[in-house]
Amino acid sequence: MESALLIHRIHFAFTATFHYLFPQLTMGLALLIVILKTIALRRKDPFYDQAARFWAKIFGINFVLGVVTGIPMEFEFGTNWSVFSRFAGGVIGQTLAMEGMFAFFLESSFLGLFLFGEKRLSPRAHWFSAVAVFLGSWLSGYFIIATDAFMQYPVGYYKAADGSLQLQSFWDFVLNRWALWQYAHNMSGAAITGAFVMSAIGAFYILSGKFVEHGRIFIKTGVIVGCIFSILQVFPTGDKQGKLVTDNQPPTLAAMEGLFHGQTAAPLLILGQPNDAQGKIDNPLEVPGVLSMLTYRRWSAKVRGLDAFPKEDWPQNIPLLYYSYHIMVGLGTLFIAVMVISLLLLWRGKLFHSKWMLWILMLAAPFPYIANTAGWLTAELGRQPWIVYGLMRTEDGYSKTVSAGNGMFTLLGFMGMYLVLGILGLYLLHREIAHGPAEAALAPAGALEAK
Amino acid sequence: MTIGSLWYWIVAVMVTVYVVLDGFDLGAGVIYLFAAKTNEERRRVLRSIGPVWDGNEVWLLAAGGTLYFAFPQLYASSFSGFYLPLMMVLWLLMLRAIGIEFRAHLEVPLWQQFFDVVFAVSSILLCIFFGAALGNVVRGVPLDATGYFFEPLWTNFKLGMQTGILDWYTILIGVLALVTLTAHGSHYVGLKTDADLGRRAKGIALLCWPLQFFLTCICLVATYFVRPDIMQNYGHHKIGLLVPILVFSCLAVMLWATPKGKEKIAFIASGFYITGMLVGAAFALYPTVLPARDHQYDLTIANTSAGVHGLSVGLVWWVIGALLALAYFVFVYRMFRGKVQLGEGHY
Repeated sequence: MESALLIHRIHFAFTATFHYLFPQLTMGLALLIVILKTIALRRKDPFYDQAARFWAKIFGINFVLGVVTGIPMEFEFGTNWSVFSRFAGGVIGQTLAMEGMFAFFLESSFLGLFLFGEKRLSPRAHWFSAVAVFLGSWLSGYFIIATDAFMQYPVGYYKAADGSLQLQSFWDFVLNRWALWQYAHNMSGAAITGAFVMSAIGAFYILSGKFVEHGRIFIKTGVIVGCIFSILQVFPTGDKQGKLVTDNQPPTLAAMEGLFHGQTAAPLLILGQPNDAQGKIDNPLEVPGVLSMLTYRRWSAKVRGLDAFPKEDWPQNIPLLYYSYHIMVGLGTLFIAVMVISLLLLWRGKLFHSKWMLWILMLAAPFPYIANTAGWLTAELGRQPWIVYGLMRTEDGYSKTVSAGNGMFTLLGFMGMYLVLGILGLYLLHREIAHGPAEAALAPAGALEAK
Repeated sequence: MTIGSLWYWIVAVMVTVYVVLDGFDLGAGVIYLFAAKTNEERRRVLRSIGPVWDGNEVWLLAAGGTLYFAFPQLYASSFSGFYLPLMMVLWLLMLRAIGIEFRAHLEVPLWQQFFDVVFAVSSILLCIFFGAALGNVVRGVPLDATGYFFEPLWTNFKLGMQTGILDWYTILIGVLALVTLTAHGSHYVGLKTDADLGRRAKGIALLCWPLQFFLTCICLVATYFVRPDIMQNYGHHKIGLLVPILVFSCLAVMLWATPKGKEKIAFIASGFYITGMLVGAAFALYPTVLPARDHQYDLTIANTSAGVHGLSVGLVWWVIGALLALAYFVFVYRMFRGKVQLGEGHY
């Protein structure tokens, strides 16, 4: 691979991957905070108010990091991928501009009120500001997913005389069916991250015998929401997403599943290592017929393997794509198990005394981050070698005027900057968690009284 | 007027709104270390911009997104051509955001002093970068037949065909931007705070005035020297002469209002001064969106705008979005109106 192309790909991949560590939590928490605020408003229960205030602080730190790491994304479309932007900007400019006009203004205006305005606002107005932040962040997600969906499955465009893509039908583009399912799948993933983090901190408090009352609220909310979305993540959203890949990106499906050779009654591969050179899977552990059933709803259906497609249309990094997909699916399955068992224990009134389950919930927190990241890697590596599927190859889309040396300079700069941001963020989150939710009730945004 | 021209003015207005709004919190950052001496004063400055700076900065993102939507070819050429300074702007925006937001999390002097300097230095550098960026757009860039260019940070600081981001002209505009936003921020801090802090802010605003006046005159002459053809639009459309009248009347109002302690009037005049300067630049450039050093390669509205259907659809949602944004801004600024009080909330 040409070195400038590689640098520009890593540049975007690195900044996007790091960025998405924050929105997946804030989008999930935005929903959970609305739930906590709603219960607090209806039951007038101060514990729920304190819980909402505590999570607002965690939300605030993550939101700042999400915003500052998100701005580079918009810039990189022009700086690193200018040829692609010139090609597709006439279409995807719609959603990128709408994100600013509809989501960012809404979110930023009400976030200030939500985080700092609790004393100035009535409880109902403060609840409303939480809902506005939730709407803003979830709208933002839709515009980005619609942009990505166009790159995965372009619709609603025409090719202009100068070769660029231009908008043909606004609604076809905005309501791309790929976008609808990808959005449902992605937002469900964000809700899972939020729910797992909330229940993990609840478990941490109960196990360490601090803030037990708040811990129970966190676990109750986290487990119920987590259970719903863990199931939605697989069915119908994951299943539909898989169908779309099967029908529209068949080489991607073959690479994801590690199916080098097409076959009837194709097995579902559970474990095994792709062996690129020999075109086979080493040490396969598979269940016969299941892949055919999942993709074509028939046990005996023929699934096309990579050998059915010209090699230049294969995704380039098959092992990473294969592992990302399998990690995502494997973890997604475990999430259902964890949340269903927790919910059963909660229902029987045993969860808060089941130490082993609390330990599992506490230690589970990092895994939704891994699953969400692996999911995005699957989507974006699977789209290769195309930057707009079937219309423009990634190798044709980067900025030809920006040399590998200049790209490396800023990539290293971002790595250094994000290392610092990550350490600061972890440190501040650690402090908030150690402070705990009870104090939040006594002194809103604690450390700030005049000295 | 074509639909492309309409979008040209929409983007120009959005950029102007961005500079007027984020300009005052950038300016507050510039004077931060000089006007606010004690921790309590520094918190007052941060409290004055805390609830609004993020929303102000969204205008940059919204303007950027709208530019991408309306003129994708311009976005592609200019962002890749200005690669290095834009990346540095990103780093500065990040540092500034964490400077404002993370400072208050710890009541530890060393922690706060560190973020004070991060916030102030990034604010100062951003003002200069934004000015230099405007200087580059007015001066022209080394575009060629491919429609792309790449500018290093500097070459020889002269106005040749292979220019760098920084030369004597763009640095001059950068300094004007720094002084302008320093004054703008001082008026804002003067308006939102009182006692010693308010007095010091007013003192800085008074100091800025002669600098701002002379730099404005010098920059106008220098611009005429750098791009003699830039006055053509003013020759053809006399309405453009309103721009220098606006700019110099605003300076006069600021000269009158600042010593009298009429901060609100001075602040508004400063906002209109910025509006005048930016609209004046947009008026002079029109219908060019990015001039080339060799004018046959100029990027214009005609050769960079998106398809007509897309632009028409965009008008519908843009108007709705802009009205909503306006409503939010009025609401938020009303909620946080008046002098800053400490004792509740963040910062």
